Amino acid sequence: MNESLVTARGLTKRFDDLTAVDGVDFDIQRGEVFGFLGPNGAGKSSIMRMIGATSPITAGTLTVFGLDPYADGREIRSRLGVVPQENMLDEELRVRDNLYIYGRYFSLPRKVINERIEDLLAFAHLEDKRTAKVEHLSGGMKRRLTIARALINEPELILLDEPTTGLDPQARHILWDRLYRLKQQGSTLIITTHYMDEAEQLCDRLVVMDQGRIVAEGSPRSLIEEHSHREVLELRFPVGTQESALLKLDGLAPRQETLADRVLLYVDDADRALAEVSARGLQAESAVVRRSTLEDVFLRLTGRSLVE
Amino acid sequence: MTTLPLRIFEGQALNYTQVWRASVFSNFLNPVLYLTAMGIGLGSLVDRNPSAEFGGLDYLVWLAPGLLAATGMQSGAGEGSFPIMAGLKWIKTFPAIMNTPVSVTDLLVGLLSWIGVRLIMICTIFAGVLVIFDAADIGRALLAIFPAVLTGLAFAAPMAAFTSWIEDDTGLTMVFRFGIVPLFLFSGTFFPIEQLPDLLEGLAYATPLFHGVELTRAAALGIESALPVWQHVTYLVVLFAIGARLAQRNLTKKLRP
Repeated sequence: MNESLVTARGLTKRFDDLTAVDGVDFDIQRGEVFGFLGPNGAGKSSIMRMIGATSPITAGTLTVFGLDPYADGREIRSRLGVVPQENMLDEELRVRDNLYIYGRYFSLPRKVINERIEDLLAFAHLEDKRTAKVEHLSGGMKRRLTIARALINEPELILLDEPTTGLDPQARHILWDRLYRLKQQGSTLIITTHYMDEAEQLCDRLVVMDQGRIVAEGSPRSLIEEHSHREVLELRFPVGTQESALLKLDGLAPRQETLADRVLLYVDDADRALAEVSARGLQAESAVVRRSTLEDVFLRLTGRSLVE
Repeated sequence: MTTLPLRIFEGQALNYTQVWRASVFSNFLNPVLYLTAMGIGLGSLVDRNPSAEFGGLDYLVWLAPGLLAATGMQSGAGEGSFPIMAGLKWIKTFPAIMNTPVSVTDLLVGLLSWIGVRLIMICTIFAGVLVIFDAADIGRALLAIFPAVLTGLAFAAPMAAFTSWIEDDTGLTMVFRFGIVPLFLFSGTFFPIEQLPDLLEGLAYATPLFHGVELTRAAALGIESALPVWQHVTYLVVLFAIGARLAQRNLTKKLRP
């Protein structure tokens, strides 16, 4: 049975003359991992703060656990776990004390917090760091501690705003593994990201956002099927020759995107397309055959790339 | 009734455990240095020229409660500014706390209570130094803690309002340089304000530290204050209340955008 934890209709957020979120609708079900994918400034963080009952909505309706974030903010926040875009840890306190005092803000008894801290330190791979000051941790460790902190109240719904932005690839993979565990335990997660690989790895369902609006919605696979071709052939031509090469590519692919430094051909069989390029006598400096990703979906829908 | 302000208080206390030794030491050293330099050093010169202005008291005895009130002011202004800026911008503990059930009002009540306790600590240490310097007997020194703490709170709340209104700390430096320091010098701490030109004397009456100094000196020395006690107290309480109300408004704007 589907149970909607978050429902938004015409949800809008304006700051003075800036419209950050422009009338969006979505439903997030218990047990799913739901993503907001879009570039910086698309309105993702504003939506997260409204769901988190820390920023009032300007117009439309929003319910979280069936409650009104304005009237019942305290109740909603007591059932949420929030991983903000910035860690906002207390750098002067020890790892353990950061978890402890955060638990106290949820009015949890000391004994309960102390038990949970052990589990959370294990979950975050920080057992050896419990008495270290936060300022001495690496970026990946701080991020894991921030996630552990968000779990101290055993939340029903976890909000993760750009969970791996700024981390190196190895730290990202460790973090994804932790988030995957939460997903397998049946947690409901809402994730914002501008990384298409992150969205593809973690999200059951996502919306693609651009300039405060939702431009597409679906599972990563269905979005790719609907808005892109199966494969992509990326061609890079020697400097100054892309113009003339474009003429010869004409009609080769059902869809073609020309970027500053390369040409993307959207096709069902990229190997065959590459053979055709050679047959037409074109010499590409490099040619990459790959599957379509959400990046291609975003490019198709907005004409721009996700990370600029 | 929520107990969440107590949790904020607990968080502030936890942070304080990291620095308490240095803090207590400087809270003790500060009055010792001032009373030695001003009370004993300068006072020995002042006392060669006995003046009715000091009510027939040694300069040290007359000065000490003024310094206690001024310490309340400086501590209150300090606690109401930099830690608030740190919580909002530098360490960002306040935005993090906003993701928990704690409300802006819980946060503010907890912060002001903690500042109150810090002021009690600082002024109690100062009162101890008064006794050591034989500037007051124990009973009067303890009594003088109350007006000094009230003075501190009357500065802490407006400072918290100001700090949560401005965007960066340059404004704080200005307030200390052009607000707190002149008050410290011209509010009857070091000399009676009757010594000032008439215009400035009237101005001194309007400043909050003057009322704090009058109350603290009356408590420590058992003398009459310039105005009835209730008027001095009302001034400081009103200042605190206005500051707290504005702080709540400004914090809400910052933390619940």
